[in-house]
Amino acid sequence: MENKKQPLFSPANMKLLSKPLGRDNPITVQVLGVCSALAVTVQLQPAFVMAVSVIAVLAVSNLLVSLLRTTIPPRIRMIVQLMIVAFLVIIVDQILLAFAFEISRQLSIFVGLIITNCIVMGRLEAFAMTNKPWQSFLDGIGNATGYGVILLIVAFFRELLGSGTLWGFQVIPQAFYDAGYVNNGLFILPPMALILVGVMIWIHRLKNNELIEKN
Amino acid sequence: MLEMRFLRDFIDKIKPNFVKGGKLHWLHSTFDAFETLLFVPNKVTLKGSHIRDSIDSKRNMGIVLLALIPALLFGMWNVGVQHFLSHGVEATFWQEFFYGFWRVLPIVIVVYATGFIIEFVAAQLRGHEVHEGILVTGLLIPLLCPPTVPLWMVAVATAFAVIIGKEVFGGTGMNVWNPALIARAFLFFAYPGQMSGDGVWIRDKGDALTGATPLAEIQAGSLDIMSAQHMFVGLMPGSIGETSAIAILLGAAILLFTGVASFRIMFSVILGGLAMGGLLNLIGGENVWFQVPAYYHLLMGGFLFGAVFMATDPVTASQTGTGKWFYGFLIGVIAVLIRVFNPAYPEGMMLAILLMNTFAPLIDHYVINANKKRRLKRAQIVAEQT
Repeated sequence: MENKKQPLFSPANMKLLSKPLGRDNPITVQVLGVCSALAVTVQLQPAFVMAVSVIAVLAVSNLLVSLLRTTIPPRIRMIVQLMIVAFLVIIVDQILLAFAFEISRQLSIFVGLIITNCIVMGRLEAFAMTNKPWQSFLDGIGNATGYGVILLIVAFFRELLGSGTLWGFQVIPQAFYDAGYVNNGLFILPPMALILVGVMIWIHRLKNNELIEKN
Repeated sequence: MLEMRFLRDFIDKIKPNFVKGGKLHWLHSTFDAFETLLFVPNKVTLKGSHIRDSIDSKRNMGIVLLALIPALLFGMWNVGVQHFLSHGVEATFWQEFFYGFWRVLPIVIVVYATGFIIEFVAAQLRGHEVHEGILVTGLLIPLLCPPTVPLWMVAVATAFAVIIGKEVFGGTGMNVWNPALIARAFLFFAYPGQMSGDGVWIRDKGDALTGATPLAEIQAGSLDIMSAQHMFVGLMPGSIGETSAIAILLGAAILLFTGVASFRIMFSVILGGLAMGGLLNLIGGENVWFQVPAYYHLLMGGFLFGAVFMATDPVTASQTGTGKWFYGFLIGVIAVLIRVFNPAYPEGMMLAILLMNTFAPLIDHYVINANKKRRLKRAQIVAEQT
């Protein structure tokens, strides 16, 4: 594997991108990174920014760790990984503060908390430490996208049903409200995000029978 | 008996369509549901010894429904009484009753229709029997709602309770939380404007009454509420089924006499409420809640209704005898604690029961382990003596 020269977009490499979107999704299969999925999904916009931030952090940190994987002493590898992630998270945070201040306010501490996102450390440990830079980069993009897609789906339902808006625009017409429709306050609260993620896991497993544990 | 015979004959006549190979076999779970609802199944075990009670779970639930009837009828009447009172209009008993009857009936119908449709679809999809849990849940949900609740909200909440509260766990008997309370919790958190506040407890409210429940008045800092006798009778604003202690106690008597509900849970919930209320009376505090006599807690809000009909749900309660005492006692204690100390929720019964539903298996676990330990110790002593 190490010696074989592969084309950049070989089927094996593309699998690194596509698998986390479906059968190996970080949230619905590995159940990682759920805390931030609950916290930032009240509306689509912050969820999208969060997803992009995680994609950037995970892809670049995977790449950097993979480049350094032979030089990092195993006993302090966690610290080194954390330093790299922290450095990237600060850059993302500063960019958001500079160019998307309002959204940065909404996301508040959760941008900083990308560093504690289990997906990031999980991929560094499980993949980047033992794979080549290009593969690690793809793996980072794939996993963070898998995370981001779930985030967006959850945020879509929460914003639509909780606030009647999508991306900040009123979607549910005034006529509905006049007829007695009321926004569902439960969708604003974090428990509903957990239930939505649960329902997605349920549907995902219905479609992929091999994911169901046999016990 | 004549029409019973006719019904039996009719079912027997159409039965061949639903057995394996029949043209309507795909509807067999629906057929089974109606057959076993109407008649006790005559299946017998073929092997081994097996004691079988003729009271199966559908008959059990029938008794709970019967026990709920007094609360339902009283609730209907009370809806009318409160409506006419708030307008300052004199009305006869039947006027009041039928006013309430026509307001409450649609809620009941909507809940049952939603619940049954989902149950039947789920049963057909999964190829199992239709679960009978919705029979009781369907009557409990309307009784837990304020009379002004919009019908579509009740339908959404029922669907949520049946699907997320029950079907995802595997259907009736597998659920962790009481589905009726899940429906109420859903309504409470999703549509707080329609589920709490002074405006929701009286249908088409006039201006002669404020419409505040005793709990809301105490929450607002006033101890000047109606007398205990008045609350015991229950002609006061509140959720449809919860107001009358008399009607609920009548139901409790039916449940206890038939042995359907656990007396341990009922008594320990009440004991827990009284103990916590009494303790807070002794401590005293600036909050007027501390001065509320302990027994008032039983009469206000949904305490008694919860103790009799919700906490005793055999699926979600603790299963062990000792566990039931702990489970019930803690429900009473926590309900009063939430009422007194949480400014956001004037009523704590729903949250207390849901919380203890979560802990019920843990309580059972420790009770069973303690029992094991005790027996091991006994065995050891016997072994040492011999």
